[in-house]
Amino acid sequence: MWKGSDLFRLRDPARAERLAHALRRFAPEKPVKIVHVCGTHEAAIAEHGLRSLLPEGVEVYEGPGCPVCVTSTADINLAVALALEEGAIVCTFGDMLRVPGTELTLEEARAQGADVRVVLSAADAVRVARENPRQEVVFFAVGFETTAPGTAAVLLDGPPGNFSVLCSHKLIPPALEALLRENTEVDGFLAPGHVSTIIGADAYRELAERFHVPVVVGGFEPLDVLFAIALILRQLAEDRAEVENAYPRAVRPEGNVRAKRIMGEVFRVVDAVWRGIGAIPASGLELGAEFTRYNAREKFGLETGTGDEEPPGCRCPDIIMAKAVPTDCPLFGAACTPLSPVGPCMVGVEGACSIWYRYGERPRL
Amino acid sequence: MRKPFSEERITGLHGAGGELMQRLISEVILPLFPLKSAGPLGLEALDDGAVLSLHGGRLVVTTDSHVVKPLEFPGGDIGVLAACGTVNDLAVMGARPVAVTLGLVVEEGFPIEELKRYLSSFAAVLSDLGVAVVAGDTKVMGAGELDGLVLATTGIGVAEGFVSDSGLKPGDRILVTGSVGDHGMAILAAREGLPLEGEIRSDVAPVWPLVERALRVGGVSAMKDPTRGGLAAALNEMARKARVGILVREEEIPVTPEVKGLAELLGISPLSLACEGRAVIGVSPDRAEAVLDALRAEPLGREARIIGEAVEAYPGKVVLETGVGGKRFLEMPLGDPVPRIC
Repeated sequence: MWKGSDLFRLRDPARAERLAHALRRFAPEKPVKIVHVCGTHEAAIAEHGLRSLLPEGVEVYEGPGCPVCVTSTADINLAVALALEEGAIVCTFGDMLRVPGTELTLEEARAQGADVRVVLSAADAVRVARENPRQEVVFFAVGFETTAPGTAAVLLDGPPGNFSVLCSHKLIPPALEALLRENTEVDGFLAPGHVSTIIGADAYRELAERFHVPVVVGGFEPLDVLFAIALILRQLAEDRAEVENAYPRAVRPEGNVRAKRIMGEVFRVVDAVWRGIGAIPASGLELGAEFTRYNAREKFGLETGTGDEEPPGCRCPDIIMAKAVPTDCPLFGAACTPLSPVGPCMVGVEGACSIWYRYGERPRL
Repeated sequence: MRKPFSEERITGLHGAGGELMQRLISEVILPLFPLKSAGPLGLEALDDGAVLSLHGGRLVVTTDSHVVKPLEFPGGDIGVLAACGTVNDLAVMGARPVAVTLGLVVEEGFPIEELKRYLSSFAAVLSDLGVAVVAGDTKVMGAGELDGLVLATTGIGVAEGFVSDSGLKPGDRILVTGSVGDHGMAILAAREGLPLEGEIRSDVAPVWPLVERALRVGGVSAMKDPTRGGLAAALNEMARKARVGILVREEEIPVTPEVKGLAELLGISPLSLACEGRAVIGVSPDRAEAVLDALRAEPLGREARIIGEAVEAYPGKVVLETGVGGKRFLEMPLGDPVPRIC
């Protein structure tokens, strides 16, 4: 039974005022760039207008936080090609349908007769395979450490022989490292609560030490986000660079041990191409040797192509690299809207552009 | 003895213009409407049109087609909705509703008892307001060609000085007459069978009694009923048309805890869910408190609030001060999150 009461104590205006006070106390002397990597964080920040509560000089960017946005064009092309094969069914999460490949989106392939189905989980895709035993059912598996355990679980359960996975899962910590290497202006990370529930707060320790950068795991209520940002600013003010867990009601230091174990059993870590960033070493997941027969790339002899070109003017690569915010893009809100998106950040509902458009986010309103 | 089929269900012949249709109209439909004329020639004449009397003032006309699914929902049904939807459009123009017409499109096989129930609720709302049903039309479509029932209405009202939705001036206070989002959420919950602690009831109701009180106090510069797209759409339209900014405070916007909680769970903003018994009213600053008091004196307006004001900054945009004190634009929703709600 759904209880509507008690949901909003994490939005208490009095607590928000106290947090705003704390934020002002740790106001930095020089500009500070904080990067989070999570569409849900961006939505919370935008929906509640949190940027307007931050001290002067503190900027918050969504980096590569939208799994749909960072899925490589090459993998989308493979999914489209598979979907157009006679007798094949491609299952994936709803957001993936509208992301442009080189020629087509999965939605356009469906309009041309391809059988593309939206599923809510890997288990749903297995169900489709059982219900259609004479067809090849490919699950186009995207997402970070949050969705990867679901894919691992169905593979360990022994899915039917007509089921396979086009694996495009990606890992968050290597992306944070790539951001630090490419974009040295990052002063602190607001680490994603959902991903951290799986990998644990300790997963960021090495990164924090090696690059001397504060990492604070944050939840998704507005006060969670403000609290986490306050902790980052306090670390910066005190010249500390540690991992702090500001979301202990969901995240443990060691994470979800069972989920991590099954991911280890099923996947191997591989280099992966991130749309907008390029290749990042050891940042993707591929099915391990024991699961080759479920690997769509092997099963259908797929060759990974190239091509990660965004249309002229589109600044998605800069937005994903936390070098720009959506309003820096000349296409934002004009040529590019959720109804006619140009780049992946406007297509994915977790993309920064889509979120800024829907919630009317503007810096310093 | 069992009644003949044609007395229980709508058949093709009920819409064919012959004897069966005449009987449906005169024996089933007409007796449901106590007020049938607003001048020398009314509905009971079953002529090709009605003749209305005007006693000065200006004529305001509106038209609507009602296609809600399900036809019956917590807090109302398609009949109440059609009546309120029509007279509310008149009311927020500052017009006293006088007469409506009703175009009835029914699916073959539709139970006549059920039809009578909806038309009775339609009639009840209107006779309470003294509004006559002055003309009508009946059509039947084949089974499967239509989902049950469509009610198409035209509303006629009389205004002394009408009120548009474009008259906001910087400084005007923005009022809402009650909680927002109830109708959209009630329909969604009824349709999807969502698990709820209590019942979420539609706010569907005629707003004329409230509007009349507000107009009597004076200072009303703009009005709108926040139906599809909810408060967010209504405020954006008012800001765009008047080329002013509107600043509203989330804390002040009345939303029931049930609607707020469920909207949060579903990831929908209550501010973009439809209302069918509310008005958004712009009032000059010197009259705002008096209008608020007048609204609150009516049972339907007890939860009325001043939620913000028109400002010179950001012309055409709506700025929302969020519950935690942040600021963002409240954008025009891309579409209503719930289709077929009115």
